[in-house]
Parts: sequence; C-alpha cells; structure tokens
Amino acid sequence: MKPRFIPIFFFIALVAVFTWRLVYPPGTAVYSQLVNREIPPLSLPSARPGQPPVTSASLATGKPQLVNLFGSWCVPCMAEAPNLMRLKQEGVSIVGIAIRDRPSAVAAFLGEHGDPFGAIGLDSDSRAQVALGSGGVPETFVVDGKGVIRRQFIGGLDADSLPEVRRALAEAAQ
Amino acid sequence: MKRVLIALALLSAPALADTDLPPPRWADEQLPDARQEAAAQALMATLRCLVCQGQSIADSDADLAGSMRAMVRTRIAAGEKPEAVRGWLVDRYGNWVSYTPPLTPLTWPLWAAPLLLLGAGLWLARKRFARRR
Repeated sequence: MKPRFIPIFFFIALVAVFTWRLVYPPGTAVYSQLVNREIPPLSLPSARPGQPPVTSASLATGKPQLVNLFGSWCVPCMAEAPNLMRLKQEGVSIVGIAIRDRPSAVAAFLGEHGDPFGAIGLDSDSRAQVALGSGGVPETFVVDGKGVIRRQFIGGLDADSLPEVRRALAEAAQ
Repeated sequence: MKRVLIALALLSAPALADTDLPPPRWADEQLPDARQEAAAQALMATLRCLVCQGQSIADSDADLAGSMRAMVRTRIAAGEKPEAVRGWLVDRYGNWVSYTPPLTPLTWPLWAAPLLLLGAGLWLARKRFARRR
C-alpha cells in the first residue's frame, strides 16, 4: 500500500463513521441506573383525595407491579392509556405517579382516558422522578414483589410493547 | 385572512405539551446565602439537562431542569457538599448527567485524543522541522 493513499483511507473511514451515525443515530433516552436495585425511599401524597400516601414500602407487596410515571398534561400518556387499561383488565397491578400535576387535573385525565391505577402518588416537584432516575414521561418500571426494579420502559407503551411487558412481569415473579 | 392566522396559531401549539404548574420555588430563586448559591451555581453549570442534553441545568428552560435546580439548591442549603449531590445524581442517571466524566476505560480518549492528534500532526509535518542545509 503506497503511503500517499493513507490520507484517502482515513477520509473514507471518517465518511463511513459519519454515514453510520446518520443512518443509526444514538438514542437520546437516558436509562435509569436503578434497574436491578431497590426502589429508593419514597413517600408521595395520594393524588386521590382521602387515600393513604404511596410509599416505597407499598411497592413491595410480594407480587410484581408496574409503576407508571405520567402527567395529565402529557400527550403520549393519553395515547398509552388504553394499553394500560388492557393490562389492568389482565390483572396487572399498576401504581401511578403523577408528575408535576394537580389532583383535579389527574381526576379529569382519568375520567377521560380511563383509570388503570390502584394507588396514585402525586409528585408535584419531580423529586420522586429524579430519585427513580427517570428522564421524562411516560415511563413504566416493572417492580418485583420485593420492591426491586427489574425493567424500565421509556416512552408510552404501545400495543407492540405489551408482550414484552408481560414477559418482564413474568420474569419478575420468579 | 384572520381565520387562517388563528388556525395556524392553534396548529403551532407544542405537540407533547408541558405541565402548567408553576416551577418549584428554588428552580429560579437564588439562595439567600451567597456562598451556597455560588456553590450551587457552579454545580448546576456542570450537570446535564436530560431533556435538552446539549445544555446544563443552569441554562436549560426544560421543566425537569427547573426541578433539578430546585433539588440542587435545596440540598446545598441543607448543608450537603456539591460533590455529594453530583454523586447522587450520577448514581441515578449514570455518568452522562455530569459534565465531568470520570476516567474509565471508555472515556480515556477524551483526555488522550488531543495529545495523540497533536503527536500525529507533528509526525506528519516532521520534514518541515528537519534542518535544511
């Protein structure tokens, strides 16, 4: 290989790298580091008037659950609501955490889009969201019976993701 | 024409929407203690906003950035050291949330690349430095 071709090869390699990242850009989602770790200590007032607070202890019930972070103001959360209702009808227990929300707005949202949640915690200053390592809404965590986070789903759950959610719940049951 | 403009204005509303709750108090209010505020600001300038990932939480207008600023200020006002707060956030989000990544087998090129490239450039231009007779 003649030395004068070396710069050309470097140039081709550079163009190849740029093309690769243009075709397959890196995702921007930041995943939580708490997967396979216990839910951090939390205590959130209930978004349902008169109900007890949602605590990290109440998330270790012995049975796997979903923890769904949503907001009444969040459009993709409206889109995923029917899929959450389907999971609820299949017997999945879903705890909701309403991010940066008011109880009245949460109630209106649930009235309009259905209520798949057991308990709902109110996280008005995103403190629980940051404590969980979540970067936005909607996100869903699969939590096992001991309160350990087993999986994180970033973005709304669409119909294609439901089999994976069920699989994750089944694995969390072991 | 007016109806066209109104329709366009309605269509230009953001697609994902945002909360209409006011930001937490300490998102935009400075701490009364100047030294604590300076420490908080120094820390905030080196924490990445997770929504607008090219900005620090000090610069970002994202709602989550405001909540993170409030959290930083609250913790520093309570006496926590800035590095402890950074460590807590890195524990939640990983090294990407901090603008000061640690030296690991993955990140060593950040420091080594400028030196290597400088060395490569000098080697390529080595004939220029040879003594001419």
